[in-house]
Amino acid sequence: MAELLALTAHELAVKVESGEVSAREAAEVANARVEEVEEDVNAFVTVTPEIALERASKVDARDGDRKLWEGVPLVVKDVLSTRGVRTTCGSKMLEDFVPLYDASALRNFGEDLIMVGKANMDEFAMGSSTENSAYGVTRNPWDLARVPGGSSGGSAAAVAAGEGWWALGTDTGGSVRQPAALCGIVGLKPTYGRVSRYGLIAFASSLDQVGPMTRDVRDSALLLQAIAGHDPRDSTSANVQVPDYLSELEDGVSGLRVGVVTELVNGEGIEPGVREVTERIAQGLEDAGAEVGEASLPHSEYALPAYYIIAPAEVSSNLARFDGVRYGLRVPAGGVHEMYRETREAGFGDEAKRRIMLGTYALSSGYYDAYYAQAQKVRTRIIEDFRSAFSRYDVLLSPTSPTVAFGIGAKVDDPLAMYYQDVCSIPANLAGIPAISVPGGLSEVLPVGVQLMSDHFTEPMLLRAARAIEQAADFRFALKP
Amino acid sequence: MISEEQVRHVANLARLGLKDEEVARMGEQLGAILESIDKIGELDLEGVPPTANPLNLTNVLRPDEPREELPREEALAPAPEPVDGLFAVPRID
Repeated sequence: MAELLALTAHELAVKVESGEVSAREAAEVANARVEEVEEDVNAFVTVTPEIALERASKVDARDGDRKLWEGVPLVVKDVLSTRGVRTTCGSKMLEDFVPLYDASALRNFGEDLIMVGKANMDEFAMGSSTENSAYGVTRNPWDLARVPGGSSGGSAAAVAAGEGWWALGTDTGGSVRQPAALCGIVGLKPTYGRVSRYGLIAFASSLDQVGPMTRDVRDSALLLQAIAGHDPRDSTSANVQVPDYLSELEDGVSGLRVGVVTELVNGEGIEPGVREVTERIAQGLEDAGAEVGEASLPHSEYALPAYYIIAPAEVSSNLARFDGVRYGLRVPAGGVHEMYRETREAGFGDEAKRRIMLGTYALSSGYYDAYYAQAQKVRTRIIEDFRSAFSRYDVLLSPTSPTVAFGIGAKVDDPLAMYYQDVCSIPANLAGIPAISVPGGLSEVLPVGVQLMSDHFTEPMLLRAARAIEQAADFRFALKP
Repeated sequence: MISEEQVRHVANLARLGLKDEEVARMGEQLGAILESIDKIGELDLEGVPPTANPLNLTNVLRPDEPREELPREEALAPAPEPVDGLFAVPRID
């Protein structure tokens, strides 16, 4: 068991392909590891050990007719629909919801997706600590008294703890990258539209994107290869050819222009330990041959407030579908309006209610221009900032999260402090560009993630630069706890 | 600070039930969040075009052709109250 657990997903995939290890053996190891640590970590809402074994046997039987990624058990965030397996979105609203189809992001795994389970998350992906789940808090494998980040905290904790070799998360304002940073793993948010959102339970549709959460950058490239592609069922999915994400991974960063984003490195609230690691990585890239300079995103201080109008506005619309009529919870009542109100009162947690209220307020008559229309214009300015920065630099470097993992309960009563966790990650969502978090080192004993951003659809270059960070960093993946 | 009356009005627009004790707390929290958001009002963005989609996609269409859909029974399986092949709801008031 220890031997297989020490492998990266890509290494395991190669061994399954060569026949040295069977997919079933891998599934058995994942299931055993879940048994061993899940009581401490609580990374899952639902575990699916029988499904993993049954499908692994089918994958083994299809020897010679399968993709490289198919043999490696996967953890799926509970926001992605899985046919026949309940999908809660971390909410009481969907406690008994069993989807009728798989999310399109999973389609390249075919019918036999070897799934370890459905990972815990902040309700409807709103949060930065996974404390907003109706299914208990997930604990950070590095320190069980701390949060794993969020909203994809279950996916991040599962990978850090070896409960499966890799995971899918979703990222609307940092929900893949921030938990990846706090749990010492790699998290990639692809270009908006790169991965289909069909079957992904919508949070903010102009920002949401599915992304890989993995032990290293090579695994990230392989899992992106598996999930990327155009999907006619998602009208916002991009009809852009999918390149080979692994081919230029080891080409290095000689001559690559790296801009360190001044506003995001020096912002108040960035912990000194986080800043130090980011600066050390910038130096490491320069030593590896990159041309490193200072970049500026002058409107970045407006990104967080603009996001907290745009995302809740989209939430107020997207979450209107939870009305007790077609699926999910219904609280019986005498009239239909009372049924709507009582169902939504009982089914949604505090943060979901706050965001629905905030979005409804921002879109309501008399406030629309001051809030929503203004925020959409801020979004344009932020895109222009990036355009200007990318005319000088190939990739931009910043911290991923302003802090390392914080204590469970430390920020639950202070929404604004919680929102600040995403101050460095939100600009990439607003601009729709790809961004990746890579472990850059430790601050005292906890992992620090550094973020790289690049222009639309330049993931091959982004991954190559991320690979160079991995080589420069004083950090090696090791199973926790 | 958002008044209790405003909170109740917005909750009604969102068809969201709130307990009396939640109303005051919601007003305070929304007030604090909106105060931090008001920062975007500082910017003069007269004439700046709004962004709704970061890839600037417009009017993605597909041919309007019939295709296989979920059988009715299957589509109704997750419904809280399926009746006679339909979604049943309480009296429309």
